Amino acid sequence: MIGTWLAVTPNPPQADFSQDNGWIVAGKAVLILICALVSVIIAIWFERKVISRLQQRIGPNVRGPMGLFQLIYDAMKLLLKEDINVSRADKLIYIVAPGISVAASLMVFAVIPVGGQATIPFTDISTPLQLTDFPVAVLYILAVTAVGVYGIVLGGWSSRATYSLLGSVRSTAQIISYELAMGMSLVTVFIMSGSMSTSAIVGAQSKLWYGVMLAPSLFLYIVSMVGETNRLPFDLPEAEGELVGGYMTEYSSMKFAWFFLAEYINMLNVSAVCTTLFLGGWRAPWPLSAIGDGVLNTGYWTVLWFLAKTWLLMFLFVWIRGTVVRFRYDQFMRLGWKGLLPVALCWIVLLTGVRAADQFGLYPLNDWAVPILSWCVVFYMVIWYWPTKEPPSVDEPTTEPTEFDPLADGYPVPPLPGQKLPPSPRQTLAAAVAEVKEEQ
Amino acid sequence: MSVLAAAADSGLVMSTAEQWLFWTVGPIVVLSASALLFAKRAVVTACSVMLTMVGLAVLYVGLGAPFLGVVQVVVYTGAIMMLFVFVLMLVGVDISDSFVETIRGQRWLGTLFGLGLLAVLGGALARATFTQVIGVEAVSDGNNPGAIANLLFSDYAFTLEVTGCLLIIAAMGAVVLTHRVRLTKKLTQADMAAVKVREGMRLTPPPAPGNYARHNAADVPALDAAGKIIEDSVPDVLRMRGQVHTLRGVAQDLLPAEVAPVDAAPVDVVVDVVVDVVVEAAAAEPPPPADASAEAAPAEVAPVDVAPVEEGDTP
Repeated sequence: MIGTWLAVTPNPPQADFSQDNGWIVAGKAVLILICALVSVIIAIWFERKVISRLQQRIGPNVRGPMGLFQLIYDAMKLLLKEDINVSRADKLIYIVAPGISVAASLMVFAVIPVGGQATIPFTDISTPLQLTDFPVAVLYILAVTAVGVYGIVLGGWSSRATYSLLGSVRSTAQIISYELAMGMSLVTVFIMSGSMSTSAIVGAQSKLWYGVMLAPSLFLYIVSMVGETNRLPFDLPEAEGELVGGYMTEYSSMKFAWFFLAEYINMLNVSAVCTTLFLGGWRAPWPLSAIGDGVLNTGYWTVLWFLAKTWLLMFLFVWIRGTVVRFRYDQFMRLGWKGLLPVALCWIVLLTGVRAADQFGLYPLNDWAVPILSWCVVFYMVIWYWPTKEPPSVDEPTTEPTEFDPLADGYPVPPLPGQKLPPSPRQTLAAAVAEVKEEQ
Repeated sequence: MSVLAAAADSGLVMSTAEQWLFWTVGPIVVLSASALLFAKRAVVTACSVMLTMVGLAVLYVGLGAPFLGVVQVVVYTGAIMMLFVFVLMLVGVDISDSFVETIRGQRWLGTLFGLGLLAVLGGALARATFTQVIGVEAVSDGNNPGAIANLLFSDYAFTLEVTGCLLIIAAMGAVVLTHRVRLTKKLTQADMAAVKVREGMRLTPPPAPGNYARHNAADVPALDAAGKIIEDSVPDVLRMRGQVHTLRGVAQDLLPAEVAPVDAAPVDVVVDVVVDVVVEAAAAEPPPPADASAEAAPAEVAPVDVAPVEEGDTP
């Protein structure tokens, strides 16, 4: 029998926008904009607080309660700084680039379902807590993200500086490499849900979250989302130690602030997408969802769960930043092309095979087949990539002991393994004395 | 019944909003597409292609084909143009085109294929204009990607397979053509260190560039204890481009305006002059002595192109 969760036909969007009028749409758009900007400010404070706890510091604590106003000072400092334009820059592109980044990052939340269906207070109008949705909403997110990267790339190029250019070249390579893995992890969700619309995907997770059902995809997505947002350990385009500031080296004041803003909104974006696609979106986690016949899955409660999950992922971002050091460029590329991509491809082929076997009636599946399969894959991956402790190599002299040259290649050097030390003067003397005594 | 009247009957004329969209986006697309021909810089060309793609995507979405529009941006703008930009940046951006024909009869072949393409496009345009249209909504039934998937995997399955083969062959070809057998052992970090020791090269990193608080920049060479320039302290790239700041330029900045140009003086003299000026300025300051060093520094701030560095929370 075809399992009940698996029986999916191509799903149209589930959110019901029939009662929305122009005012409601405009109101939602403005609300998204305000919430995004406020969230960025909170995110910066959150990051500084959490990272300082991770580093056994206190963090900002002077301005306002718990240092909350510190971010206002920070923002003002940034905005009031002198705005320097590089005279050799390609003016138009140099100024437009940060704008592209910010605009693209703000557009993603248009299709994110922040909550389920809710009634607007003081009216009878019931509307989904989501600006819009259409059959290819998730692809739209990928498209907008792709355009946003042009801000980074063009910004670095137009500055006409070595470090900036290196930063943007790294950024292009990074995006091309990691968008593949990210796209493939999303494809598995499309295969299972039969839809690319965000509200339909959230709807399809009413029984089991895709993060549990398609665990390998969740892991692939989390790694590639850190890569996509240029965060540590993958912040190669702006690596301070190597490239000063990478693509934003030549940017100052407001234009720099725009890049900064775009980066933090992008963090929120990928967290929200992860929540929507893998962590059940606005649905309450299991024990809570059973309370009162699912009352916590209705109305404005749903916003709470969505925000909780999103900020949990934001915490993950900060945690990773505070824990892992930056990758070297070749290590990063190897991870993307030789690690994530083959795993993603194999996983898709496996899942498609299972899905097709079920759909064409060759081997009907139980509801638990896919989750069990996916955790087997995770288990196998862990075993495969588990770092093995190599036995300590025994330095056996492979050849005859060679003569030790204390000034090899012109430098004073210690003896290497297998090199025979010349007898020390004291030993020589002792041997001679012993010989003389014996004779006597 | 004329085509237009039929279209009007089935509700397929453009609404006002659609017309607004078309007449706003259309000219942008055409202009940016012509920038492709006329722009001088390769990166500007790439940007205009990107703008064209996004504009076309907007039009597709407006015409009720969201899948096509979005995939256009994901694939062409996001991946293919990004690769182009990557290559342009790596190769260098302002290399002018070479007009040498590498394949014999390339121009004639090009013209021929161009005419062929024109004929195909004309045919498509004619088909769209002179036949009965039913609209995207009628065929896609509210589920645009699903309808496309049904077509691709039924009527056009073979075409899709052939296209897939073609792409894989191209990718394999690229791998085979660019593959290079490594003839020598790859040098590890330890090997390179050994080479450095053996060849008597510098073992430490080169000294950091910059001197004095005013000229803490990558293009200003550091000075050694004797006040001589350390060439190695400036990155190779800047040295090759001839963008290294000379000590004389630095000295001229530091000196008061009335002092003669230091161009002619030898390096040691320049250093002496600079040191004298700084020392005199420090000595001439009234107490308190704690502020003397700060005020001895020149008052105006030099316009140095360095982005502001965040304190501790740079992303």
